[in-house]
Amino acid sequence: MKKFMNTSDDFLKESLQGFGAAHQDIVSVYYDPNFITRSQSTKEGKVALISGGGSGHEPMHGGLVGHGMLDAACPGFVFSSPTPDQMLAAAEKVDSGAGVLFIVKNYSGDVMNFQMASEMMQSPNESVLTNDDVAVEDSSFTTGRRGVAATVLVEKIVGSLAEHGGSLQECKSLGDKVNKNSGSMGVAFSSCTVPAAGKPTFELGFDEMEFGVGIHGEPGRRRDKIKPAQDITNELLEAIIEDLKPNSNEEMLLFINGMGGTPLTELYLVFDNAKKFLDSKNIKISRSLVGNYCTSLEMQGASITLTKLDEEIVKHWDSKVHTAAMRWGM
Amino acid sequence: MSVNFLINQAKLIQEVIDAHALEIEKLDQEIGDGDHIFNVQRGIKLVIELEPTIKELPISKALNQIAMKVLSGIGGSSGALFGTLFMTMAKGENIDEGVDYKKAIEIFSLGVEAVKQRGKADVGEKTMMDVLIPVANCLQDGIQNNRDINEILTEAVQVAEDGMLSTKDLLATKGRASFLGERAKGHIDPGARSSQLMIKTVCESVIKK
Repeated sequence: MKKFMNTSDDFLKESLQGFGAAHQDIVSVYYDPNFITRSQSTKEGKVALISGGGSGHEPMHGGLVGHGMLDAACPGFVFSSPTPDQMLAAAEKVDSGAGVLFIVKNYSGDVMNFQMASEMMQSPNESVLTNDDVAVEDSSFTTGRRGVAATVLVEKIVGSLAEHGGSLQECKSLGDKVNKNSGSMGVAFSSCTVPAAGKPTFELGFDEMEFGVGIHGEPGRRRDKIKPAQDITNELLEAIIEDLKPNSNEEMLLFINGMGGTPLTELYLVFDNAKKFLDSKNIKISRSLVGNYCTSLEMQGASITLTKLDEEIVKHWDSKVHTAAMRWGM
Repeated sequence: MSVNFLINQAKLIQEVIDAHALEIEKLDQEIGDGDHIFNVQRGIKLVIELEPTIKELPISKALNQIAMKVLSGIGGSSGALFGTLFMTMAKGENIDEGVDYKKAIEIFSLGVEAVKQRGKADVGEKTMMDVLIPVANCLQDGIQNNRDINEILTEAVQVAEDGMLSTKDLLATKGRASFLGERAKGHIDPGARSSQLMIKTVCESVIKK
């Protein structure tokens, strides 16, 4: 295993310390229990958005804390759910009285731990559960579909509504809508190594890819020989379109997400190939995002997410955001 | 049941689990990801370390502290499931006024029911619920029919073992093993084995008295 690491015990702590120090204008990092908040406190009457999950998917979620997105994030150990004490401590810090919305990816551990935090909380709270991965119905980590890259879009769009004074119920409804309007699927060219495990999560041959891979390296639909990018892109998009069933001329957001080990050069190539395919299907890409947002440590690979747009979603996508990983309009 | 009883049971369980650690780890490597035994050992250690903090507390508060410790210290699904068990037991009515056999069985059964809801798993899905649910039912039946406590506990030990062994031929539909499909058949579920050992330890220690 080759990693920038001193000891696996200090891996997360040192990474969080660096993150906090590098972005002290945007975030504050707290330890034992670990959570990240905006450096400025939540304005009164604003719904507080809290997300979290295992570490190893950076910049999700800590890098998405800031104006126009999350109020707090709870990082668990690498690929392991955070625990209710983290969520309760974060909620106590950022709840301004308008309630807390938890944004949770559909994995058994995450769902159970956020559910417990929700039950233990005295103040009003709701949850949005993301499950955008169309690859498999059940997996080694979930009952039902997995929550993957569309979680980033949910956090951006609902974050804007909360910033504009949306109520807890309105924020939940919009989050559910964006999740329902989104479909994702990914492919891996290499495995990844969890620091504490010390060896790759799975084995992949030199010329093989895992089609429909999960963000922890969980198996997807099948193991396949590597193919030209256009063929891989078409196949991913066909699976997503079959699930979302967009109308002809439907306006969509196209999100090409890197898994951590694939350069932007390749991600933009995938964007080009995806645009060609979507043009041929009369699907209009009116918003876009390309980059490493929902990663799997050093895994090589990418996922594609499509989201059906409407006036409300576009308005909140375009609005101002200032986080460590995403910034526009300010 | 007292706080002292809980801590002593944790110590007894630690001995038994440590003695079976390699066996449980092997079961988990066959159908899980191999970390179950470490989670269980860490959880028990954390509970035992709580002794000075909780020994003077009323049992409801002690159970609550155990729940929070298990939740934050184990983490993941195991932490949430065991945390749910203790947190629900802590909510039992009037438990600070004393917990007799009947009350202990009542709060344990409520806890098992809550774990069932949390994990959305029932009997027959190759999980620890294949041990916990039949044991809770056996204890409740026994106490409702006013049977002798030693007889009830002896039966519970047998029910736990039968439940654990039944997971061998089941197809997993919940938890990590569910992804293996038919490949998980023929293997005992590690969570069922560890919970069966805990039930056996507690029941037999009470019978002896």
